[in-house]
Amino acid sequence: MESRFILETKCKRGYKYIEIASEGISGNFNLFKAGKVEEQRLSSRKTKFRTEGLSAWFGSHQALNNISMKILKNEVNAIIGPSGCGKSTFIRCLNRMHEVVPGARVYGHVYLDEKDLYEDGIDPVLLRRRVGMVFQKPNPFPSMNIRENVLSGLKLTHRLKKDEADEIVESALQQAALWDEVKERLNKPGTSLSGGQQQRLCIARSLAVNPEVLLMDEPCSALDPVATVRIEDLLHKLKEQYTIVIVTHSMSQAARVSDQTAFLLMGELIEVEQTNNLFTHPRDKRTEDYITGKFG
Amino acid sequence: MKSGWRSGRLLESILKVVSLLAVIIPLLILTFFLITVFLDGESRLVPQFLTSYPSYKPEDAGILPALVGSIYLIILTSVIAVPIGVGSAIYLEEYGNGGWLDNLIEINISNLAGVPSILYGLLGLELFVRALSMGRSLLAGAFTMALLVLPIVITASREALRAVPSSLREASYALGASRWETIWQVVLPMSASGILTGVILSVCRAMGETAPLIFLGALTYLAFLPDSPMSPFTALPIQIFNWISRPQAGFAENAAAGIVVLMVVLLLLNGIAIYFRNKMQKRI
Ligand SMILES: Nc1ncnc2c1ncn2[C@@H]1O[C@H](COP(=O)(O)OP(=O)(O)OP(=O)(O)O)[C@@H](O)[C@H]1O
Ligand SMILES: [Mg+2]
Repeated sequence: MESRFILETKCKRGYKYIEIASEGISGNFNLFKAGKVEEQRLSSRKTKFRTEGLSAWFGSHQALNNISMKILKNEVNAIIGPSGCGKSTFIRCLNRMHEVVPGARVYGHVYLDEKDLYEDGIDPVLLRRRVGMVFQKPNPFPSMNIRENVLSGLKLTHRLKKDEADEIVESALQQAALWDEVKERLNKPGTSLSGGQQQRLCIARSLAVNPEVLLMDEPCSALDPVATVRIEDLLHKLKEQYTIVIVTHSMSQAARVSDQTAFLLMGELIEVEQTNNLFTHPRDKRTEDYITGKFG
Repeated sequence: MKSGWRSGRLLESILKVVSLLAVIIPLLILTFFLITVFLDGESRLVPQFLTSYPSYKPEDAGILPALVGSIYLIILTSVIAVPIGVGSAIYLEEYGNGGWLDNLIEINISNLAGVPSILYGLLGLELFVRALSMGRSLLAGAFTMALLVLPIVITASREALRAVPSSLREASYALGASRWETIWQVVLPMSASGILTGVILSVCRAMGETAPLIFLGALTYLAFLPDSPMSPFTALPIQIFNWISRPQAGFAENAAAGIVVLMVVLLLLNGIAIYFRNKMQKRI
């Protein structure tokens, strides 16, 4: 089991190099350049979120315990861990959705661009426009058609002119790789789409508000492999513009799409690492057991 | 094993027959009742009946003020009861946190639903007619009826609000909507058809209620139509009740014809409700 993951991530890396190399005239030189680029990218990494001693409760039940980690800007940050370990709770603390649940509490700090989100005077409503969220189950608004669904977040803030709205609808749907499939039927209800299309509609809906961060809670768990691949491809594109945090049950998905992976266990952060390193050289025994399928 | 399966089948067929009977018997009774009433009142079901004022001669008497009064009454009642009822439902479902105040309100609502309508009449007489000196007016009647139907409106609206999945509320919050925007743009459009059903049901109830109006002193002889909320008024059930209590046979016919008119209005209201509900559900 362990070796499979090593193989997979190594393969992935090798594939990247080969791909880049084959593009140029001189393979060797490009290999060298790609290495340099990778190095530069690593050194220029910026932090988008920083949590400090973050703990969260549902009533008297503690779901997160003292989590301190960084979410990197313009990268895909994966959160993995067994069911019930607090992955959803963690990302819901990042856009202050945790406090929507009655009886839920948060302790500690979450800094977004070095500004504490849990300080007095931060309006969660405004924050959520900067930090979008896509849920596990696709949830387009049934009372709205496709177009209205895309615009639903914007309608709240300002009145749009028709051509302005058209433009936003098209670009959001383009970004979510859904435009070609729905451009003929923007007036059909959002719920008339297939599950995978609905999920991409929800992504488009989040993107239309033009957020800085996209939080995704197991966005592919209700989808078939083809739809999953489409969304994974999408993530590669989206991370150029947005910071992405993705919760996933699938370790191969984390390995495929993410740059950094965090492993949570029973509300505690066990390890956060470069995705390659985490899957090839897990530092903690528990991480190793989890990624090799010994428990979970 | 096998006999267990058989007795299951037997039980199922018995249940089927019993439930079928439960549907058919009331329908038969209702149809029988409607037919007798229609036959009794047939001779008076002429256009003049709808356009005439009451009279001491049964063959001249008509139902116009009662019909108009009833329509005004239910319109005013809805105008009062719907905003208050839907508002309290929204408060209890979306803003309430289950504290002692919420529990108190909830207990009160279920108690109100069980209070006999005649007590609403007494309350209306003391509170609206006398204390708030509205007099024996349409407005006092509408306020009393509004109190009477509020529990129905609130309960139906709460159920409709509760049927909206919380995942949609969360989706709206996550887009940066405030609580009020979420209610207005996501929750209410989805629960509108359920709320409308409750409203129509309660309007039908208000339409048929007699007892509170008798207490409030709705008139039975009115030679003019109400022209403002402060006018005296009468209503269909009051008129029917009055005719039935007269000794002459002609008035009994009038009462039967009045019942037919009342039934037709109620069926029309229900029809409108079903039409709008289907239209709204199609959108969802
Ligand atoms: N609304 C809630 N009320 C009470 N406890 C909750 C609630 N939601 C989650 N919990 C508890 O908090 C803990 C963390 O839950 P969370 O949803 O974050 O887990 P998760 O890692 O996302 O799991 P999964 O992979 O199954 O989605 C669990 O023990 C769960 O039982
Ligand atoms: Mg979860």
